[in-house]
Amino acid sequence: MRASSKFAMGAVLITVSVGYLMASGIKDTGVYFVTPAELAERVQTDAAFRDVGVRMGARVVTGSIERDVASQTITFEVTDGVQTYPVVYRGLAPDTFTDDADVVVEGRLMADGTFRATTLLAKCGSRYEAEPTA
Amino acid sequence: MTILGQLALWLALLVAVWGSVVGIIGGVQGRAELMQSARRTAYALLGIISVASACLLVALLRHDFNVQYVWSYTSSNLPTPYVISAFYGGQSGSLLFWALILAIFAAAAQWLTPKRYDYLMPYVAAVTSMVTLFFVAVVLFASNPFERLPFTPPDGNGLNPQLQNPGMVIHPPMLYLGYVSITVPFAFAVAALITRRLDTGWLHAIRRWTIVSWVFLSIGITLGMWWAYVELGWGGYWAWDPVENASFLPWLTMTAFLHSVMIQEKRGMLKKWNMILIVMSFMLAIFGTFITRSGIISSVHSFAQSSVGYFFLVFLIVSAVALTWLLWTRFPYLTAESQLESMVSREASFLFNNLLLVGMSFSVLWGTMFPILSELVRGTQVTVGPPFFNQVNIPIGLALLALTGIGPLIAWRKASPRNLKRQFASPVVLALVVGAALYAFGLRDFYAGVAFVLGAFVLVTVAQEFVRGVGARHRLHGENYALAFARLVGRNRRRYGGYIVHIGVVIYFVGFAGAAFKKEMEASLKPGESVTMRSAFGYEYIFTHVGISQYEQLNRFVSAASVDVSRGDERLGVMTSEKRQYWDSFRQPTFQPATEAAIRSGLREDVYIVFAGSVDGTEEAVYRFTLNPLVWWIWYGGVVLVIGAVVTMWPGGGPTRASLRRAMVGYQVKLVDEAVAADGG
Repeated sequence: MRASSKFAMGAVLITVSVGYLMASGIKDTGVYFVTPAELAERVQTDAAFRDVGVRMGARVVTGSIERDVASQTITFEVTDGVQTYPVVYRGLAPDTFTDDADVVVEGRLMADGTFRATTLLAKCGSRYEAEPTA
Repeated sequence: MTILGQLALWLALLVAVWGSVVGIIGGVQGRAELMQSARRTAYALLGIISVASACLLVALLRHDFNVQYVWSYTSSNLPTPYVISAFYGGQSGSLLFWALILAIFAAAAQWLTPKRYDYLMPYVAAVTSMVTLFFVAVVLFASNPFERLPFTPPDGNGLNPQLQNPGMVIHPPMLYLGYVSITVPFAFAVAALITRRLDTGWLHAIRRWTIVSWVFLSIGITLGMWWAYVELGWGGYWAWDPVENASFLPWLTMTAFLHSVMIQEKRGMLKKWNMILIVMSFMLAIFGTFITRSGIISSVHSFAQSSVGYFFLVFLIVSAVALTWLLWTRFPYLTAESQLESMVSREASFLFNNLLLVGMSFSVLWGTMFPILSELVRGTQVTVGPPFFNQVNIPIGLALLALTGIGPLIAWRKASPRNLKRQFASPVVLALVVGAALYAFGLRDFYAGVAFVLGAFVLVTVAQEFVRGVGARHRLHGENYALAFARLVGRNRRRYGGYIVHIGVVIYFVGFAGAAFKKEMEASLKPGESVTMRSAFGYEYIFTHVGISQYEQLNRFVSAASVDVSRGDERLGVMTSEKRQYWDSFRQPTFQPATEAAIRSGLREDVYIVFAGSVDGTEEAVYRFTLNPLVWWIWYGGVVLVIGAVVTMWPGGGPTRASLRRAMVGYQVKLVDEAVAADGG
């Protein structure tokens, strides 16, 4: 066999393995990204969707944050203007987690309608720019 | 001042249009005066854009809060270094900064390129002018830093505290230098395509430029990791955030390019591939800026959404179409001069290195874009996070590490069994010894183990090269070992500089592998209470909460929590982590409170303490303790990598005329030898 065809086989092998790594990576780690309204809709049409972990992007309802520092639990509400969900998160919140911040919570929706988050990411609403205060 | 800045931008726009047009026309029609004029626009643009930049800087330093940009990003109590860094801290300023750096590089390319490449220069000037034109247009029409407010606010908004860090003062410019300087080799590539002068001339012209932009990208990325580590307080340095990925993508393709040009120089292969790589690198650099600026993918780095994104999108599409056409029409001129002869050869190992690097960049791009792609195709966004990137990139990265050892030592064309044995016998044996030793010491993590074994393999191959080279000089020239070493490196800078870079890469990998042994714990402690943690190295750490103190400092209010740290019986001292609330000159709080992690670094592991808050205003504090093994290796790896890269591109030491002639004669003799050998065989 010529070297170039051997190389082609090697190249195909690499491409296939990279492709496999990517496909399996997405299958194993891909998470639905939804807004509260989308989550409500999905759960309504397909009850099994509750058991699928999701990431939900929404905004923190101003004044809803309650911190219990002793048990390191934070409860708050998130909304997209259409649907509002109470969220329970245990752990340390990032500095950028404040009223009205854009947050991404990852976790699942419980039967009682609260969202139990395992991770909490907050984007500074201002994205490194101070929002005009006026 | 803003009027002058504004005028300068308009003038820059006109000059850039002129440069783009006359560069092409002058070059195509061979009109010397137009070509000369195009080249001069590079210097003119540098002058004009410097004036515009100086205007912005003056406005910032004078605290002219009537200028919206100054008001948005600074305040009168902001320390001066950060006032200066606010130049590129905000969107419009950073775009002007892009244009400024580009102007510097474009002028330097015209100034420094030897006369023998004059045939390329008008086109190079045209390409750099076009890119400058784009950035100046974005600054003027979409995001203008010279816009004024209808009134003058008494004080500015201030700079985000997370950007008030020395790392943040130098990280963005370094990354920008990397991004922007890709434009220079890219411009040479396009010039070569237009002129159809596709021999290795343009490759020689851009050799140093490629390394320059690669080094700046490397420094920028590493400083970004360092900043994330010391400033963001989450205990890590890389989160596979879209913007981090955006800086990683061109780095990967540039790394591929750096290696594959060697194949083209030596063997006349991979000509099309190299063109595609450099074009891709440039597009990815623009794409990276686009991601950062457009907010299309949510990221902690992205700036507010604005029309800037559309400008970038249009520019990306137009250049993609134009470049595809250019490449397509020139492909017939890019035929390989030789063929791959064996799978066991340097060419093949470099080809695999390229495939892996490009595969890696494709997977990173795919993961970054997946939320958008999945939404387009399936209507629901599916996001992938760090687990995806780690799962895909760790195996590819380790395969690349293995090739780092193999590539430089394996013979060109076809490696004989003797060559393989001579080059790889001791590295393989020693690497296996290292692996066995680590296993005996209790290392069980598979990927980390593989990383250490391959790292050892690469280090031994490099050490072997140095030992053999120095030994040969010592024997042949009777030089002492130190002199032999200096001359060996000094006279083969590219080769030995490259080896030093590879050592740096190994050190990075050791640091990355350390992440497998990270330990983390959260605790709520009253003063006097303590917790213990066991590190991967088997040390027992005892953290005792001392207390919380509160005080004012510069432009902030600080709550500081102190922890007394002991390792085994040894007392390491008190570490203090802070929560800072910044204020403006009226003492009104600005931004969210920022966390200052307490970090005690060591060669083995870092102790990383974050004060997360006090319980109901008492002195009971909530902490996160992290033990991060081997993190410092990453920063050391960066230093070694930069040293190696500087060695490869150190000026002078290039072939003198006489040595070139000798080399030519030698090469001809070699060719004849080979021809004779081939006839005989």
